Order: sequence, then structure tokens, then C-alpha cells
Amino acid sequence: MNILRLFSSRSAEPVPAPPPTAPIARERLQILLAHERGSFRGSPDLLMQLREEILAAVSRHVTLDPDKVMVRMERGMHVSTLEVDIELPSGCDAAFTAAVRQPAPA
Amino acid sequence: MAKVLVVTSGKGGVGKTTSTAAMGAALAQAGQKVVVIDFDVGLRNLDLVMGAERRVVFDLINVVQGVAKLPQALIRDKRLENLCLLPASQTKDKEALTEDGVGRIIEELRGSFDWVLCDSPAGIERGAMLAMRFCDEAVIVTNPEVSSVRDSDRIIGMLDSKTVRAEKGERVEKHVLVARYDPARAARGEMITIDDILEILATPLLGIIPESQDVLRASNVGSPVTINSPASVAARAYADATRRLLGEKVPMMVPHERKGLINLLLGRRAA
Repeated sequence: MNILRLFSSRSAEPVPAPPPTAPIARERLQILLAHERGSFRGSPDLLMQLREEILAAVSRHVTLDPDKVMVRMERGMHVSTLEVDIELPSGCDAAFTAAVRQPAPA
Repeated sequence: MAKVLVVTSGKGGVGKTTSTAAMGAALAQAGQKVVVIDFDVGLRNLDLVMGAERRVVFDLINVVQGVAKLPQALIRDKRLENLCLLPASQTKDKEALTEDGVGRIIEELRGSFDWVLCDSPAGIERGAMLAMRFCDEAVIVTNPEVSSVRDSDRIIGMLDSKTVRAEKGERVEKHVLVARYDPARAARGEMITIDDILEILATPLLGIIPESQDVLRASNVGSPVTINSPASVAARAYADATRRLLGEKVPMMVPHERKGLINLLLGRRAA
């Protein structure tokens, strides 16, 4: 295998240059710094604020077990995603349906 | 039993974060369950080198302060499922990092990982002291250059006095990792030799990592060099160092670019 490689045409041709990585580095830094600067200049990170408010809204209806809440984020140049995964205890959706069907007295 | 390993140096810019990422990934590639922790509060970079910077939700200080549970703050690597990152906080005051808090986190991580790699900040302040505080082993990253070797010596003294193990009269296993080694300059006698470094520091050698374009490319794209270009000289040097950490006997090689016969005859550098 190694002997074959010594005489293969590949090793006699100029080695192709690896694709440039500097543009990737520049784009990653731009995205990261845009988000960091936003949160440093007093306006809190939108994703973090959304996360807080979503969790607060859910916890008005059910007791949240902090171990059963997973939050994932992906910050992008044009699109960011916030993924909140909340495991609701069994039976809580039945209780919620019952509460909705019996509207509170006006 | 989990091993807690600090990657430290005293001096900045010698390659601690790069080495933490590369060795963490190599350990995970070897089937170990690995978590890497960034202790550089206020100036975190391990997330960037690992390519997880856009996915940070919670950080080390959030966990210390009880704002988040540890599993919520761990970021799982997208390429290696048994590799996790615990990022440092970028904004909060580093005084928020407490010894009790760090101790609790490391104890909890010991239960679910084989290796806990602590990426120390430069200097000898709080972050650096807490990164080494609970370690069983230490990798001291050194460049073949006088100020780096001097700072390494200082850090070795601290590993032998300021760690929990040292205070209990136990040994912290220490290894020197020489990074940014330039074989050409060494051949011309322009660099402190490996033997000189080892003699001065009186600490065994874990590996020799050459100065390499592959390391720069890997950090540009946010992937440890052992994942991004595993066949490169630097990645192979990190992989060998990692196998030594796992107790294997691997012959120590002074890294060099592999040259094919024809390239050698034509005097060309190989890829």
C-alpha cells in the first residue's frame, strides 16, 4: 500500500491546496460578536429573555421540574432557533383541559 | 473511576485551549466519556475552538449559582456523542466562581464521565487556581521558549502545594506537553531542546506537538484538530499523547511531515 503510494501519480502531482478556512473563521466571529455585543450593550439577549418568559408562562399552569426542562439554542446570522423541551408530568394535561372547560366565574 | 485532568501553563497563548480540545476529542474518539470545562471566566474561548459558540445556553457560573442544573448546561458535541463541553461565563464576575461550587460540579461530573478536562486560564489568579484545585493529573503545556518554561516551573510548584491532593499528601501526576515545536529551528539549534526542558522541569514528557497550519485551520472552522484533520502531524502527536494518558506505551517521536519518495527526490514538501 505504502509502496504503491510512493509511485502513484498522486504523489508526483502538486499537492492540492486545502480549501481556505479564513472566510469560515470570519463568518463565525461576525455572528458570535453580533450576539455578544447586543447583550453587552444593555439590551439583554433576546433568546435568553424568550426562554425566561416561556418558562414563566408554562410554570403558571404546571409545576416545572427543573430536571425535566432542556433548552437548546442555535444563534445564526439570519435565523436563530430556541428549542424548549419541557416534560410535563402525566395527568397535568387532563387537569388543564378540565380547567379550560369550566371557565372561571366572571 | 473518573480522572480529573487540568490543562495548565501559567503563560498565555501557549496552546492550552487548543490542547484541551484536541485531547478531549482524542479521548472521546478512543471511546472514553469526556467533559471539557472552560475555567476562563470573562474570556471564554473553548466554545469557539470546539465550534459550540452559537449553542451556549447556560455556563459554569449559572451552575455554581444554582440558576441551571449541570445537565442543562452541558453542550453535547455534534460530531462525538461522548464528548461534552461546560462553557465558562462570558459576562459575570469571576469572583462568582467559588471553591465549593466548583468542587460540587467536579464531584457530580466524576459520576458520569471517565475524564474531566479542566482548561485553565492563563495566570495564577482564582480561575487558574480553581481549575487545578481538584485535579488528579495535570498536563503542563510548554513552548520551547524561556518565559514559558519559567512559568511552567511556577505552575508545577503550585500543583505540588495548592491542590486538594497535595494538601492530603497525595501525588498529582504531572506531564509536560511541548507545543509549538519547530523541528527546523530545533535542528538549527535556535530553540531550547526538549531534553533541556525536561531536565529543567524534572517532569516526564507527554508529547511533542509541532507548530502546524492544521491547528490554525481547525480553530478557524471550530473543530479540534484531532477531528478536523486526524491524519495531520499535529493530530497524530495529540493522539499519541492521549494514548499515553490512557497508560499505553507509545514511542516518543519528534514530529515531522511525512514525505513520499518522489516528493523527497524532487525536494517537495508533502501535504
